[in-house]
Parts: sequence; structure tokens; C-alpha cells
Amino acid sequence: MPPSIVTSKLDLTPYKGIWDFAAVKHLLQRTMFGAANSDIQYFLTKDLKTTIDELLNPINNSVNPPLNDYTTTTVLDPNVKIGTTWINDPTNDGTLNSYRRASFKKWWVGQMINQDRSIKEKMSLFWANHFGTEVATISISHYVYQHHSLLRNFCLGNFKQLVKLVTVDAGMLRYLNGYLNTNTSPDENYGRELQELFTIGKDTEIRYTEDDVKAAAKVLTGWRINSSFQVYFDATKHDTSNKQFSTFYNNKTITGKTGSNGQLETDDLLDMIFSKTEAAKYICRKIYRWFVFYQIDADVEKNIITPLSSLFIQSNFEIKPVLKALLSSEHFFDVQNRGAQIKSPMDHAIGCIRQFNITFPDANNNYVDAYSLFNSIVSQLISFGQDPGEPPNVAGWQAYYQTPDFYELWINADTLPKRNKLTDLLVNTGYTKNTSKVIIDSIKFVKEICADPSDPNLLVNTLFSYLLSTDVLDTTKQNLKKQILLSGQASDYYWTEAWNSYQTSPTTINLNIVTSRLKALLKYILNTPDYQLA
Amino acid sequence: MKRRKFFRNSLALLAPTIIQGNPIYLLNDNHPLFNTNLLANVTNDNVLVIVQLSGGNDGLNTVIPISEYSNYYNARKNIAVPENAILKLNGYEGTGLNPAMSSLQSLFNDGKINVVQSVGYAKTNFSHFRATDIWMSGSDSDQYLNTGWAGRFLDQKYPNYPDQYPSDANPDPLAIQIGSISTLTCQGPVVNMGLSISDPSSFYNLLDGSADPLPNTNAGYELSFIRTIAKQTNKYAARIKTASDSVTQQATYPTGNSLANQLKIVARLIKGGLQTKIYLVSYGGFDTHANQVTSTDTTKGTHANLLGNVSNAIKAFQDDLAGLGVEDRVLGMTFSEFGRRIKSNASGGTDHGAAAPLFLFGKKVNGGVTGINPLIPSSVTSSDNINYQYDFRSVYNSILQNWFCVSESNQFEILLKKYPIIPVINSSVCGVANTTDELDKNTHIKNYPNPFSGITHIEYKTNGGHTRLELLNMVGNPIQVLLDFTPYTAGIFSINFNGSALMPGIYYLSLQNEADRHVISIVKI
Repeated sequence: MPPSIVTSKLDLTPYKGIWDFAAVKHLLQRTMFGAANSDIQYFLTKDLKTTIDELLNPINNSVNPPLNDYTTTTVLDPNVKIGTTWINDPTNDGTLNSYRRASFKKWWVGQMINQDRSIKEKMSLFWANHFGTEVATISISHYVYQHHSLLRNFCLGNFKQLVKLVTVDAGMLRYLNGYLNTNTSPDENYGRELQELFTIGKDTEIRYTEDDVKAAAKVLTGWRINSSFQVYFDATKHDTSNKQFSTFYNNKTITGKTGSNGQLETDDLLDMIFSKTEAAKYICRKIYRWFVFYQIDADVEKNIITPLSSLFIQSNFEIKPVLKALLSSEHFFDVQNRGAQIKSPMDHAIGCIRQFNITFPDANNNYVDAYSLFNSIVSQLISFGQDPGEPPNVAGWQAYYQTPDFYELWINADTLPKRNKLTDLLVNTGYTKNTSKVIIDSIKFVKEICADPSDPNLLVNTLFSYLLSTDVLDTTKQNLKKQILLSGQASDYYWTEAWNSYQTSPTTINLNIVTSRLKALLKYILNTPDYQLA
Repeated sequence: MKRRKFFRNSLALLAPTIIQGNPIYLLNDNHPLFNTNLLANVTNDNVLVIVQLSGGNDGLNTVIPISEYSNYYNARKNIAVPENAILKLNGYEGTGLNPAMSSLQSLFNDGKINVVQSVGYAKTNFSHFRATDIWMSGSDSDQYLNTGWAGRFLDQKYPNYPDQYPSDANPDPLAIQIGSISTLTCQGPVVNMGLSISDPSSFYNLLDGSADPLPNTNAGYELSFIRTIAKQTNKYAARIKTASDSVTQQATYPTGNSLANQLKIVARLIKGGLQTKIYLVSYGGFDTHANQVTSTDTTKGTHANLLGNVSNAIKAFQDDLAGLGVEDRVLGMTFSEFGRRIKSNASGGTDHGAAAPLFLFGKKVNGGVTGINPLIPSSVTSSDNINYQYDFRSVYNSILQNWFCVSESNQFEILLKKYPIIPVINSSVCGVANTTDELDKNTHIKNYPNPFSGITHIEYKTNGGHTRLELLNMVGNPIQVLLDFTPYTAGIFSINFNGSALMPGIYYLSLQNEADRHVISIVKI
């Protein structure tokens, strides 16, 4: 009988357990994409508190924006030279926008692959999932990037402020028709999702009413986008009547305002929504499911969600204190929660790239090769079911909300072989563009992670503990060592001799003897079901 | 008299020649001279089972040269099998088997075993890894190939794998490796053509029931889910499970014998209807540097146990195949990456060596011993090795052309060179084409009589251009240039060669015609 789900009974008490390789790896593979050896080693020299502080406080928030990688003899961009950024040149040209959206996705994947030693990329993705906009629907690449930058810049900031800015963000106004929401023709789309998906949620029985949705839509009337791609408030399109809310909101009335003061009603609406503890609890549950595990039962609700949401409210919806409390907790580090996440496609693909320290060309010096190779990864992510910037709908990817399966939705008979094929490809042939090649350098890799790769026992143990989050029987490791590293021989000496021969005499044949076995071993480990977990 | 009739008649009249106490029937009707124009690419449902004995099997204590017994004994007193304990082979008094191999002896005497003597290649590599890669890839000693010989065969037969597979026409895995990890043997140009059914994403568990236990945490819960998907996902899982489940009665296999366990699965899958062409099984522990026999009784010990298990496993497998009614379709071949040194070491073991015998087993083999006993010097040094009589790729070629009915031109693409066919497989399998009076388009060189003691008549065909005919010794080194010239025209020529000065044994004739090279083996008696 397989085990059943048992939620951790531990609470937010700070983790005082051992700060070892496994603990650091657990923290990093949840807060970054894959736990790279260099990062694990770096944080092993710190303590938990310092580590959390560094993860939550990225040193550098500036980014090099996405570039024109698309100009050819047939694809022309009149204002943006190839190799320079297009973000300051808004356009309505559909063809150009489609190329720029593609450029944006490649760029984003590049940001994730080259992430700094912080939680920033994971949180940017968290908000992209939370607000659930689709790049193809927003369509105008300028808005796509602007929206993404907003999420990125506020990814560790104030949640309430972020909701305010997203509400009047051009990308969101287009995505949920906010810009078409007028006094004469109200559009409820954003007013509904603001409550249902972005703040209050549907987790509780007692919640906002349909009338609350209509009232919220009226509050939000008048936000428009002009022909210069700027958001503005058009008082003439704003509904100036008083908006009456239900008992859920304590029968609150938002008084209609005229002229440019009409836009202040948006603040009133958000103040009203954020006065409900549901908003804090809803976000805390989403954060929990993002970083810890999907199952939230009464114990988790009591031990984690309730105190975390209190903290969120106390800190006036600052996101960092919540993350700090959760990620420092003994609940987070509980064995029940380790290795229990099925990797998202991005965790799988980008995590693998980072675990093996696969270096992509620098987009600043060689955007041609870099963007082409980033695009190879974008294609893989699409085939795995996580097209960057294109969640299936405004609710985000189902793996983060769909009961009862949650993360298991990432894995099926279609995606699992594809995920295995990607790791096979990275082990064996890699991707090549012009002179750039991205591939697992198995020899460099084992030298980096293993103190003595000539010792086949140490090598196998090191590979398993680095690459997998679940324990494997010693007999399994011994069998793999024997079958693969020793080619069926009993004596460890044969591998040691082969490794040392290559070190002293790096001929092609000696190289192939070592790499063919390392590749077979890596392929095996990366194909295990265990590798799908983090 | 037409020359063809001469061949036939001389064949009929030719009594077996006794060399080292063993009869040599070189010109049977399966000899390549009569058998080169094979029916090209006949489709059959034949199966090859490759048994890898990893570690380097001590060939001299496996197939023991009774005719050379005193030299054998002198070379390895501490591990030599007593002469009276050696198992006899019917019709081959000069050669016997290790006492642990009574099961194989019985198969031999039933005509289901062909022992090919001294198989190897030029410039043996003594590293397990490299030597294994050479055997699996079919490369020369100093050549690096990143595909396997069986992988190239399967790639030729089943192009575009795995993109259009499985299909209605080919619903089954092309090759299956039992209980181990994918090896180079079945590596194709793009992917491994073999399915390793101990792959974690696979279903060895369905057959075997073994797997790492699930952690008793939420990770274990999710792992269980992914394993289930992995089993469902395998394109071949249902076919293999159905095939395996459909066989409920099997012969008794020895217990505590991992090779027997693997072969039992193979028998089940073959009988269960899989169209898989190649199965690979492996059995390790042959790296017997020390204490390969018990000091008090050299018929017992580590090596005897290994040989006993191999022998019992193959016998049980062969009996099972017969009982299941699929014996006609299955050929087995053992191989080990190298043999071991002629002279034993002081630790009661043997160090890495060169050529060694291998076994072909099955109902369709030509039963017997192919080749002569290895020559053992009367005064042996620790660096003396057994030279090869047969290149291992000759064995591969014989299987390709005479078991899988691959055409000669196709086999060239697989093995990358021409290797002489060894008559180890019954000629009824792929059929024997009509021979013609003249050298046909696929035969470039032949001689008669063969074996010879004095003069032998050599015919050869040249397309014009530089033509060179050489005599090679059995390790492939040239010992005499018979001719080297540029003829005026293409055509068939002949010379007489007087070999009376040669030591008895196996030689090769090598015909080099511009870039083409053709080799046949000849025997001096």
C-alpha cells in the first residue's frame, strides 16, 4: 500500500534542526529553480536566518530588458535596431507584437536560468500565476513587459499596493476588459476576478455576492487606455452613483465621486476588500501551496494559515515577513514536506539546467545564440504544459488550485516521457546554436560536486543525494555502481583506474570510457520517478 | 567434370580431417564458398539471445584442450582441472568441458552447441571497459564506435526508430535487455534500440516485483503516483505484460541462479509472442584474479560455480524452449570481453588475457567444435596469451547472414568490413543459393583443396587496378605476399600456392583490390 498524505503537525516555530546539505537543498529548490551545488555550498557556510535574509533581499533588482532578436530581411522593425530593446517602442503592429511576445518569453526564461541567489524569480512567477494574465491575450508586447515588470518589481513588496497597481495596469485592463468598463456599459470581468481570484478567493462558504461583483465593477468604471499606450482615468465614463455592498462587506457603501476624484473609489474598494481577513488567508494558502505542499487540512489551517495571515495583516500586507516566517519554520523543514512537490515544468527544465551548471551564452554579447537557445527551453516548457506567460486561464495553472490532484496534474502519460526526453537530450547531445552548445558536461560536473570522483561509491552516493530528494536503497546504488560504473565488475578499482587514466592521459578513448559511463548513470538517475520530485 | 561437381564430389568423399583429435569438416554444405549468395534479407522470426559473461571468462578452464593437456597442466598447475575429470564431447576427443558443465555437455552431445574456439581480435585491449566496448560496438582495437553492432543491425532493419514505433507492423520492442541497464550493444545512431526492462520508467517490477520501498512521507505518496504513471506510460508495457502473463507453464529452472532467472523471462516473452529480435542477459563475476578454484579440488570453486550456473541456466532455457515449442526460432551466443592469461598466477587465479572460446546454442546450430585447440607453449611465461583464430565479428557476421538472413552488402554496413562466415548455423535457416561454376558476384576468392597439406589452388576475382593477395597468420599478421600486381583487365585469375612449409593451423587469404578487401580462412593440415 502506498503511503497516504499526512500533513505536518508542526507550526511556525523557527526551525532549529540541523542545517545540513539536505536542509539547504530543500530550502533552495523551493525558493529557486533547482538547488545548484554552488548555492548550497554558499549557504552551508551561513545559518538559516542569514540565508533567509539573503534570499528575501536581492542585491540587484535591475534587469537587461528583452531584445529585438527577430529582425530579418522579411521581418522589419522600423524603430528598433536588431540586438536592442523594444520595450520603449510601443506598437500596434500585430506581426511585430507577436515577435516581441516571443522575444519576451525567451528573455524571461533567460532570467530564470541566470537567476541570482534569491527568491525573486520564484516570486515573480508566483505573481504571474496569481494574476493569471495571458501574454497572447494582452497581445500588445509593450503592455506585456510593463505588466511583467510590475510583478517583478513588487514581487517582494506590499501586496495591497501591488493589487492597486495591477488593477490600473494596462496589461490587466486589456486582459480583463477593464478598459471597456464604463458607466453606460459596465463590464464585470475584473470586478469579479479581483475578488474571486486575486484577493478574497472562493475558499469560504460565506463570501461576496453577485451584487458585490456588480458594485465593484461600477467602482472601477472609467479606467481607459489612450492611443499613446497610457492608462488614464476618464471621469465621463465613471459611474458616479453610490455603490452598495453586501453584509459580507458589512453593508459598506462606497460613495460615488465625480471628476478625477472618481478614481479614488478604487482605493476605497481595495480598503474594503483588504479589511476582510479572507484576503490575507487566501494569499497565505496560495503561498503555502507554492512553497510547501498542496494539502491544507484543519491542522495546517490552524497552525500555519491563521497565524501567517495575522502576521500578513499586522505587517500591512508586506510579503516578506510572511515568507520569512513560513520558510524559517519547522513546519517547512518537516520531513513530511521534503521532496513532496512534483516539479513544475519550469522547476524540472530550469532546475536541471541550474543543477548541472549548464552555461548559456550571455545575451548581452551574443543575443543570437542566447535567444535561440532560450527558445529551445521555451518550446520544452510549452510541451510540458507551462508556456511562460500563458497560463490556461486567469486562475493560473491548475496544479496550484485544482483539487484533489494539484501538482500531480503536471505528470501524465504525455508529459512524463517528454520530461525524460529533455534530460536525456541534455545528457547526450545538448542543444547547439552556431558555436554555442548547451549540454551537461558530465566530467566537469562530477568534479564540481564530488570530492573524489575516482571513488565510485562516493560518486554514486554524491550524485543521488545531490540530484534526488528521496532516499534510495544502498543495494540500488551498489547495483547501479556495479552495472554502470564498473561495467558489471565487482572491483571498484576498475572505475578508479578508468577515471585516473583519463586524468593522466585524456585521450579520446579514455574520455569516452569515462563519459559513456557517467552519461549512462546520469540518464538513469534523471529518468527515475524520484527526479520528478523536489 | 564441371568444377561445381568436383566440389560436391570432393565434399562427399572428403572424410573428416582429424586435427588435435578433433574432426574438422570444413567443406560442409554450409561453407561460405557454397553459401555466399544468400537469399537477400529473408524475413524470419528468428531471435538472438546474447549472454554476456562479464569480467573476462577463463576460456582455458572452460573448454579444456585435452590434446594439449601436458602443456595446459604445466601452465597452470595450481588451477588445472585433472585430465580424468574433464567432461568429454562426443566426436571431439581432443577437447572437453569443465567438470561443472555437465548440462552443457549433454546439450553438446545432443548437437545443440557449437563451441567456437579462440574468438578475439587483433591487439586485445586488457581493460574491462574498453574491451567490453569493443565487443559491444564491434570496433577494431584502436577504433572508436559509439553505436553497437546489434544497434546498427536493428537500425538498418527498422529505420526511424523510435519515431514511428510501436506500430501495427512492429508492436514490440526491437530488443530487450533483462535486468540491467542499457548497454552499447543495442545503441543505434540516435537512440538505444533496446528496452531495458529494469529501467525505472519501465516495468521490470511487473515481472519481478522488486522496487525501492516508498518513503513513508508525502514524497512517498507522490512517488507512488509517478511510478504508476511511468508504468502506464511505457509504450510497450501492455504488450510485454500480456506476453509474459500468457505463459503459465514453464520448465523448471535452477534456483539461486540469476542468469537462469533472466533466461526464464526471455523464454516467457518469446513464447508469449513478442516479435523482439534480440534479448540481452548478463551474468558477472568472471574476473577471477584470485582463488578461482578451491586449492584442494580444482574442479570446485568460484569459477566452477559460475560455469555451473551458466551451464545449468542454458540447459534449462533450452529445455524450456523445446517444451514451449519455440526452439527452432532461438539462437543463443555467449561472450566475454576477453579470456584470461594462459599461465595462472600465484593467487590461484588468472589475469586478463586475450582470445577465448564462446558458445553458440540452439536447435539450429551446427553442433560441434569450430576451430582448433589453442596452442599452449611447453614453457609458458606470464605474458603469453592465446591468439585468436576467429575474429569476433566473424561470429557476428555468421549470425547476421546465416541466422537473420542479412544480405552480404547489408552486413557490410553493419560490421563496416567483410568478415568470413563461420559455418556454425544450419544452412536450412536462410537457405542456400545456387552456386555457379564461376566466382559469383559476392565471392571474390576461394581455394581448393581446403584443408590442404601441400598445394592449394586459389581463384580470385579482380575488378582491375591494384591487386594484392596475401597470406595472413591466425592473428591477422601478413606472412607472405602471394602476388601484387595491376592486371590489364578485370577478371578471374588463379594461382597455385604451395603451403607445405606452413605449420598446421588456420590462416587467412586476404585479397586487396584497390579499396576493397576480401578475406577467407584456410586450414593447413
